[in-house]
Amino acid sequence: MNDLTPPLLAAASGASTAREPVRNLSRRGFLGAGSGALLLGVGLRAGPARAGGSPAEGAGAIAPKPGTRVAAFLEIRPDGTVRLLSPFVEGGQGINTGLAQTIGEELDLDPARFSVECAPPGPDYAVVNGLRLTGGSFSTRSSFDAMRRLGATAREMLLRAAAARLAVRQDELTTENGRVLHGASGRALGYGDLAEAALALVPRDDVPLRDPKTFRYIGKPVPRLDARDKSTGRAEYAIDIRLDGMLHAAVVHAPHLGTEPRSVANEAEVRAMPGVHSVHRLPGAVAVVAESWWRARKAVEALAVTWTEPAPEGVATVSGAFSSAAMLAALKSSTEPGIAAEQEGNVEAAFAGAATVIEAEYDAPYLAHAQLEPPASVARFAPDGSLDLWLPNQMPEVFQQVAAKVAGLQPDGVRIHSPMLGGFFGRHFFYGPGNPFPQAILLAKATGRPVRVLWSREEEFGMDAVRPLGFVRFRAAIGRDGLPVALTTRAVGEGPIGRWFGSIFKSPVDSSVVEGLDKKPYAIPNRRLDYVKVPHPVTIAFWRSVGHSMNDYFYESFLDEIAEAGGQDPFALRMALLRDSPRHRTLLQAAADLAGGWKRGPFAGPEGGRRARGVSMASPFGSETATIAEVSLEDGEARVHDLWIAIDPGSVVNPSIVKRQVEGAAALGLSATLLEQVVYEGGQRQARNFDAYPILDRTRMPRIHVAIVESGAPMGGIGEPGLPGVPPAVVNAVAALTGQRLRSLPLSKARLTAA
Amino acid sequence: MIKLTINGREHSVDAEPDTPLLFVLRDDLHLTGTKYGCGIGQCGACTVLIDGQATRSCQMPLDGVGAQAVTTIEAIEQDPVGRRVVEAWVGIEVPQCGYCQSGQVMAATSLLKQNPKPTDADIAEAMTNLCRCGTYNVIGAAVRRAAA
Repeated sequence: MNDLTPPLLAAASGASTAREPVRNLSRRGFLGAGSGALLLGVGLRAGPARAGGSPAEGAGAIAPKPGTRVAAFLEIRPDGTVRLLSPFVEGGQGINTGLAQTIGEELDLDPARFSVECAPPGPDYAVVNGLRLTGGSFSTRSSFDAMRRLGATAREMLLRAAAARLAVRQDELTTENGRVLHGASGRALGYGDLAEAALALVPRDDVPLRDPKTFRYIGKPVPRLDARDKSTGRAEYAIDIRLDGMLHAAVVHAPHLGTEPRSVANEAEVRAMPGVHSVHRLPGAVAVVAESWWRARKAVEALAVTWTEPAPEGVATVSGAFSSAAMLAALKSSTEPGIAAEQEGNVEAAFAGAATVIEAEYDAPYLAHAQLEPPASVARFAPDGSLDLWLPNQMPEVFQQVAAKVAGLQPDGVRIHSPMLGGFFGRHFFYGPGNPFPQAILLAKATGRPVRVLWSREEEFGMDAVRPLGFVRFRAAIGRDGLPVALTTRAVGEGPIGRWFGSIFKSPVDSSVVEGLDKKPYAIPNRRLDYVKVPHPVTIAFWRSVGHSMNDYFYESFLDEIAEAGGQDPFALRMALLRDSPRHRTLLQAAADLAGGWKRGPFAGPEGGRRARGVSMASPFGSETATIAEVSLEDGEARVHDLWIAIDPGSVVNPSIVKRQVEGAAALGLSATLLEQVVYEGGQRQARNFDAYPILDRTRMPRIHVAIVESGAPMGGIGEPGLPGVPPAVVNAVAALTGQRLRSLPLSKARLTAA
Repeated sequence: MIKLTINGREHSVDAEPDTPLLFVLRDDLHLTGTKYGCGIGQCGACTVLIDGQATRSCQMPLDGVGAQAVTTIEAIEQDPVGRRVVEAWVGIEVPQCGYCQSGQVMAATSLLKQNPKPTDADIAEAMTNLCRCGTYNVIGAAVRRAAA
């Protein structure tokens, strides 16, 4: 067997640790910390961009700040269409269309004439506060001003080029959807005719922007650019990349994360199977390379591999006895003092004088991304030793840095190609052993041919980086008026910000563990929120709405417990606690109005059964949401009929895409509420496909009603904020209906009975 | 060599008889519009038409196809019903990430070929493909538009 382990370890970890047994924690140590350090390097590096095939231009040498060099972004073709190199990757969220609207608005070009691709690595694209990533619901809000300015700057360059060409004063010229017009003479020039001259000009940095009152594209439901390709099978994802001479690789990973292949009993037989090219040992895995993927898969699954043993017990590693239940028990039993993430007033005094004190513990499980596209990566070395890599990713520069280390190259020897994503939800950040691209690089190097690695759905369920399991303990003091006077919150666990970006965000409090528990709009005068770090031995991930995906469920459910203990209606209590925030009161009322008014129930449903409603609020990613769910019981399960969601993102670029994103995020939140959990037993994940990891299907899809409230506040995110309000709204409705307060997800673990 | 009729053309394929049709389409014939999602017939991303019937190609071994006509997403607009379905999908802008939508379009086409005026219950029964982006409601709306 061709053992490819040493090169990767040597490349990734440095010689000193290359011979250490590869436990998950040590692997994480070098790959995780490495990625953060690398990220800092690429994020803050200045210098001229190398923008793939985009035309060079004089201004490029100036290396202005990210998002300003027109030629790094726009290729205006002779036919007047525009190829936009985007800082972001399209994965369903509609960013390609939003960028075309935003730039097209200022450039004066119909968004339909844009084609958008994810740009190669380069400092021009670090438009998210000096970083480049597609995530955090950052894309539109972080780049909106810069992209408007880019479009306006490009238009001014076209006008300047036209003035020279026509030998007229620039202020005699106007534009109209892709053409420069000289009204006095009736002459017109297409953008395509002017592009070469225009892009050679030095951009001005003081070009005025359009008056928003005149917007034709921004704020309008402009059709998605990708709808036809995605309705006809023409959209190309990483899994579809095909290169001449390409071999296919299938892998089987170690049953316990961190263990390694020790021996293979039947390698000769497997090598003789049809179409098999070669058998390889990889870090934590074995691979078969073959002429087709199905042959590779059959062969790799026929390998009789003996693996090294995991540690016998404990939760410090994925031991032979590790389980999600044991991990939850470890979080619950932690007695370490926390680090204060938020502190206000005098908590001790408030509890001492309280009429009522209540406590509760909440938890939520590990979750898989379960995006429909299984991850694939294609690697091809060029004759000069440089590397082309096609891979699903949300952060090209980081993948370029890590790929360079794996390949033994300098970063500029790696060309990153970022196809559309077949869903992501946080799946495609760099997650150490959770990405297939290092395997593709090693196998391409070993075989001397282009190699595509595709993880089967079963391997993906085994190796996907998971939403962390989380645990929170609450304690509330309630006054004689039924209103909460104090709240303490203890959040125990580990989040993806600390794991993967700890070297950038150096705060002792991991924001991804406490977000959704902190910065609440409610007027509770005495508060303390503690963060207690207990690391997970498994590969943890960002998962759509990250900490909010569970913390808003914890908090907003406990707020309903407070309401009940204080004898308050949960909607009325929220309104009372929002007395200092008109924005939130307006939004909560908007959700109620959308639902035809608030009523908790239980009440009679239209088909005779009993129904009830739950309400929740959330403040995720710079946006605000209010959510109402209506639920009944069917065969002991919660059935969600309607979700009413009011979202205030400040302002929007495309209301149609916003509504669909909110609907999709809500569906994912409902899926997690009702059905999803990654369960470890004996150190292994139990579910390996959708039969054992059910996700929301059509039969469980509720009606979803979305109202957009544009308050004019600073622009917030859209991709994730629709999710966090759904779990608590549903669980609060279930409590109203059944009297059962479910403090652990998913609901499918419990059999529900009517109150 | 095994003979197949795909989108009206004959192909000869060098693969083991138990190879799922899905991987022959994708890797041998380069018809990558048909997607691999789960490989166990759960998600429906690999749906094709076999003699007009929506079929999960990951569960169809090569030697089970025989002389039956296979239609993939690449040829679906050549079918009048398929073309209507695609126009409804584009008009309502169904796709988000889009990965499951080839299979959804195939399932909808099969449904409408057999049942031109489906009820909501018929749609629910026939449209069982998974979508992680949560487009189920707009898929339903698109099927109704294509049926109108």
